[in-house]
Amino acid sequence: RAYVFGEDVKFGGVFRCTSGLADAFGTHRVFNTPLCEQGLVGFGIGLAAMGNRAIAEIQFADYIFPAFDQATAKFRYRSGNAFNCGGLTVRSPYGAVGHGGHYHSQSPEAFFCHVPGLKVVIPRNPSQAKGLLLASIRDPNPVIFFEPKWLYRLSVDEVPEGDYMLPLSNAEVIREGTDITLVAWGAQLAVMQQACAEAEKEGISCELIDLRTLIPWDKELVEASVNKTGKLIVSHEAPVTGGFGAEIAATIAERCFLRLEAPIARVCGLDTPFPLVFEPFYMPTANKVSTA
Amino acid sequence: MLDFPGAKAAFTSRMEFISPNAAEAVPCFRILDDLGRALDGSDIPEVDSSLAVKMYHTMVRLQTFDSIFYEAQRQGRISFYLTNIGEEALNVASAAALTKDDVVFPQYREHGVLMWRGFTLDEFANQCFSNEAGHGKGRQMPIHYGSEKLNYFTISSPIATQLPHAVGAAYGLKMDRKNACAVTYFGDGGSSEGDFHAACNFAAVLEAPVLFVCRNNGYAISTPACEQYKGDGIVVRGRGYGMTSIRVDGNDALAVFKAVSAARKLAVEQSKPVLIEAMTYRVGHHSTSDDSTKYRSGEEIAHWRSVRDPVLRFRRWLESNAWWSVEDEKELRGAARKEVISAMNQAEKKNKPPLSELFTDVYDTLPRNLLEQEATLRDTVSKNPPSLAPH
Repeated sequence: RAYVFGEDVKFGGVFRCTSGLADAFGTHRVFNTPLCEQGLVGFGIGLAAMGNRAIAEIQFADYIFPAFDQATAKFRYRSGNAFNCGGLTVRSPYGAVGHGGHYHSQSPEAFFCHVPGLKVVIPRNPSQAKGLLLASIRDPNPVIFFEPKWLYRLSVDEVPEGDYMLPLSNAEVIREGTDITLVAWGAQLAVMQQACAEAEKEGISCELIDLRTLIPWDKELVEASVNKTGKLIVSHEAPVTGGFGAEIAATIAERCFLRLEAPIARVCGLDTPFPLVFEPFYMPTANKVSTA
Repeated sequence: MLDFPGAKAAFTSRMEFISPNAAEAVPCFRILDDLGRALDGSDIPEVDSSLAVKMYHTMVRLQTFDSIFYEAQRQGRISFYLTNIGEEALNVASAAALTKDDVVFPQYREHGVLMWRGFTLDEFANQCFSNEAGHGKGRQMPIHYGSEKLNYFTISSPIATQLPHAVGAAYGLKMDRKNACAVTYFGDGGSSEGDFHAACNFAAVLEAPVLFVCRNNGYAISTPACEQYKGDGIVVRGRGYGMTSIRVDGNDALAVFKAVSAARKLAVEQSKPVLIEAMTYRVGHHSTSDDSTKYRSGEEIAHWRSVRDPVLRFRRWLESNAWWSVEDEKELRGAARKEVISAMNQAEKKNKPPLSELFTDVYDTLPRNLLEQEATLRDTVSKNPPSLAPH
């Protein structure tokens, strides 16, 4: 009892994420909705509340804001657990793509991380995406799944066939090191890998962590790493002020204060709308990370 | 015939704008006149004495509950209350036309629908007193009822957010081939929200068996209908979405019953949505936080409370059929009052929910951040005077 719906989803979607599904499952299960984000998320909540798996697509995360009211997940709590919309998963391409400008590049994850009851999940590559998406769909809580659109064409990976899930609220150490901890998610990890490689040439051993689930996030793993290294850089494309890096920095400052050897650094997008021609200057590039 | 993908229309060489309003407003369907007498040519729906009396009982019980609990808030016994006065017939008659398998997505002024389905006075009272027996576990303000068993989705304060939910639920019912529809209620104010537009359009395009019941009661808090819309109310919008619609006298229990029954049949048999605009009047204040004499005259309120009381109107029809008497009335009013007061007193005595319920149901299970926060909170509470300590 799963349904996939959203704008232009039937023919395969603007990023071809849903190609072939309508043919395989029929247009009553894979269908277009009218152009209305608040409607499509609200519709998804109703479908999920009746026990179905409602997989909604928001065409670009830049357009998710009309649906924000519907997405604030008090459904289970306010009903005393009589009802829930755990079957809802909202997928949306997000993040910089090189030429997206204001409205095809945004990273709105921080707004949703402030909503008790939601989970926010972001994969860094195709094999992670498959496992995390399956886990998100099956998780009995509403999940917002942001897909780094930069990676749709660029990222190449060996993806196992067959069914597998990756655990939510579990961060992953993707590069071990001893001198400094770096935390990021999504496409930014590729940038961080570059910076780590550069740093290694200068004898700095970097530990790189993919957070994977932003809320509820794996504080314990990050804390353990910072207790080992004594230093932390958090990096995300979203503007630095009020970005999710602030939550990580505050939490780690609380938990690791006496162990920290340097202030926690955030290398993030600037506090401006996402610019078109200025994109290279706006972005938290490997240079900026290395400098930090 | 032109063949644009957007419309298959004949063409005309005469430029003629469509005027903003039709020559006449959409007529309003009624069966009983204001004195509860069947109008000439009326086709009275099949409502036998036992159904009619049950409907009347529910309306009276609702009125009684509203008046006593409103006063309870005034006395500081509960924090908030909101009445259904003037809309009892609309609540109960619409509910009576549905089956228990139809799923209801209410706004917040439809307690009569829940009462009809079997929510007990104790259940209502427990939620209002935010005690441990309340279904909502004390989390929401009074009157935010819900019942899984009775297919009545929990009320939430934001306006019209339930409308798209109802469409999704209806779509699910259709795909599961259930003999049921979704029914959602909202006010004249709610029809201005974007979610109304979203839901109507989705329901029509996706062919969802959902009834949109607009309680046009003339006011959205202090905002009168003339400041809410410029068209002929809500019914005319149905055609804009390609949806069947009707305007009905919401204070005429028989007309509401008949219209909702017919709409439900259409929705379930043809998997199509129907828009029902029920004209009514909000006799009470918006809530206990409102004093409506600040924006409307006492005479207007008194007129609708007395001469246009839908409960009295229905009672007159019952009496004309010899299904109800003055003695019955006295007995029912007395019994209802006693039952409501008893439920209130019982609910007031019960404990509040345990502190653990502050943290449960945010997610299906408690994540680590909430486990930590609960531990910290319990620690803080244990170090504070007993007055702060729940159990």
